[in-house]
Amino acid sequence: MKMEADLKAGFKDKANKVLGYHPEDAKLSKSYIAVAFIALLVGGFLGLLQGLNRAGLLELPSWFNYYQVLTAHGLLLILVLTAFFTIGYFYATLSHNLGGLLPKVRKFAWTGFFIKLVGFVLAVIPILMNEASVMYTFYPPMAAHPVFYIGLALIVVGVWLCCIGAFVQVANWRKNHKGQHVPILSYFATGVFILLFFALMFVAVEVLVMILPWTLGWVETINVMVARTLFWAFGHTLVNIWYLTAVSAWYVVVPKIIAGKRWSDVLTRVVIIALVVMNITGGFHHQIIDPAINEYVKFMHVFMSLAIGFPSLMTAFALFAVFERTARRKGGKGLIGWWKKMPWGDVRFLAPFIAMVAFIPAGAGGIAQSTNQLDQVVHNTMWIVGHFHLTLGMSVVMTFFGISYWLVPFISNRVLTPQINRLGVIQTWIWTIGMVCMSGAMHYVGLLGSPRRTSYTTYGDHATAIGWDPYLMLLAVGGTLLIIGVILQVYAVFNMMFFAPKGETEFPIADEEENASKTPYWTERWGIWIVVMLIVVAMAYVIPLTDMIVNAPPGSPPFKTW
Amino acid sequence: MKMHLDEKIWLTISFGIIMGFMLITGYQAFALEMGPPSNMETIDPQKVDETAPFDNPGVKEVGENEYEVVMTLQAFGFTPNNIEIPAGAKVTFIMTSKDVVHGFEVAGTNINAMVMPGHIQKITQTFDKPGSYLVICNEYCGAGHQVMSTTITVK
Repeated sequence: MKMEADLKAGFKDKANKVLGYHPEDAKLSKSYIAVAFIALLVGGFLGLLQGLNRAGLLELPSWFNYYQVLTAHGLLLILVLTAFFTIGYFYATLSHNLGGLLPKVRKFAWTGFFIKLVGFVLAVIPILMNEASVMYTFYPPMAAHPVFYIGLALIVVGVWLCCIGAFVQVANWRKNHKGQHVPILSYFATGVFILLFFALMFVAVEVLVMILPWTLGWVETINVMVARTLFWAFGHTLVNIWYLTAVSAWYVVVPKIIAGKRWSDVLTRVVIIALVVMNITGGFHHQIIDPAINEYVKFMHVFMSLAIGFPSLMTAFALFAVFERTARRKGGKGLIGWWKKMPWGDVRFLAPFIAMVAFIPAGAGGIAQSTNQLDQVVHNTMWIVGHFHLTLGMSVVMTFFGISYWLVPFISNRVLTPQINRLGVIQTWIWTIGMVCMSGAMHYVGLLGSPRRTSYTTYGDHATAIGWDPYLMLLAVGGTLLIIGVILQVYAVFNMMFFAPKGETEFPIADEEENASKTPYWTERWGIWIVVMLIVVAMAYVIPLTDMIVNAPPGSPPFKTW
Repeated sequence: MKMHLDEKIWLTISFGIIMGFMLITGYQAFALEMGPPSNMETIDPQKVDETAPFDNPGVKEVGENEYEVVMTLQAFGFTPNNIEIPAGAKVTFIMTSKDVVHGFEVAGTNINAMVMPGHIQKITQTFDKPGSYLVICNEYCGAGHQVMSTTITVK
């Protein structure tokens, strides 16, 4: 009996070694990660230009004005960096976890890769020609050049192909492993691709059914409220897709790096299901002060948005419990003393750890903002910009940075050297100080009323606006530190990809506790969870959307106001 | 599924915080009428100038120290602009957009509303403190977005 088990374990070990790394799949992930970090470099520089302009230190030329820079910055960092990183990371996961990608799945991902690149180039050309200064939210009735929307539609199609590829891969594994649970990191991937798949439907309808026919002149007017609502059903979900991607590393990778065990498998999967089921309805809190949505619907949506906070609070407990348990196992003592046992000098731990800490104020700010009256104070001010630089710029992106220090060596068949690790630690601190300055300044100046998405202005030297200047200066200081962080990070990634010493790197996946209880099989019933998700979406959207369509005013023609 | 006592306490507190937010938000919105601007009236966005009350924008006294401001927003200004009102006045702004989406924000107050073409938005505020209030558009609306501002002078 025992021998049989040993043999089986030995075979499994060997299988992991053989199946864990696939050169073809690694090439795919490498390409995705490379694009993500090039986007970070370019988008980061555009961000610096804005920060300097906003503080009144730099006047941008008329052929590349503030709003063009801002549109490109948003598109590069919100769409390209995050989407390409997420897909590169999770495809590496699926390949490692599920015995290598199927050839057809790889084909899906490559086709998606090139369609997205073509789409991105098509979207950028009109931005550079000042034909699409509409921001990444492109609210109608502002109308960009049709090519801009065709580009966006291609990006959507490209991401869809990657979703379908992931579904095929997971379905195939399940067919060959009846009754088994999908490995935890691939389970996260499944949740993320399900969310992406459904969230993209909203923006696809907005762009293909509403905006394109309208900018091409086939229809004369557009329903601005419906377009905006569809956008946010997608837009807010996208935010939580990055967040769920970062959370996957917090639950699964970080415990391994600190030589601990991961949190309860059941509770982890429950958190994933909850985030998938409740997510899409969060979009309404971007419309709290809109007309044409009544107060009862808005109140219901406070609940829908706050509900997303609950799994996050479960996560907060889980992660710190894992830290404490691991540190005490290593001999850490006292209420605070166990902290000394954490590997502070390891960038693979430090970066995601600071990312998690940042999520405490970021999440609290999010809860405040999704309540009606509090949102009204800060809606469309710099506070919001501060909020998403804290959530995306710190919680998510710093986790991505932390992942890069093992993922890039893993897919490149190289190792993380002590030098690059040290560089990473320095980068992490520069980034932290930069983001705290910038995001802190943005939050505060937003409370004072300074608006978002506005180039440098004193509003005719109005005393109120002049009072904002010191904070905008601090914002620029933060932005300058961040660009140093961007350069170091991009250097580290390409060094690890092409120049670091050859060698094997582990894909860090923590084990469960030895006495862990068995995970019930209902967690695998994605069919049911998708139905529940669709019911929640229907509860949230059917009434207000019907109202917006049935009681719609005459529509709006396209405008080009830039 | 095992859950430690600590975790049960933490999750109970978490749930309590969320419900607390709900109750306070609901109480303020429905009992104290502090709900966010959510007017449901509509208008033809291409015929704003011909449709009452926007055919005659301006400040109107409707009661004792109570005013209505009928206002249109367009790239890149507010009509009427540079409004003057006495201290303690309760002012209801009735607004719509003649082109793209705009935002109506009065810095230093809780006035903040989206103003969309095709929709009439309303928001009410009592101005107790005298001074010059900065009014800005806080939704990107085009090349001149950064100059779209005016003032409300409270005397």
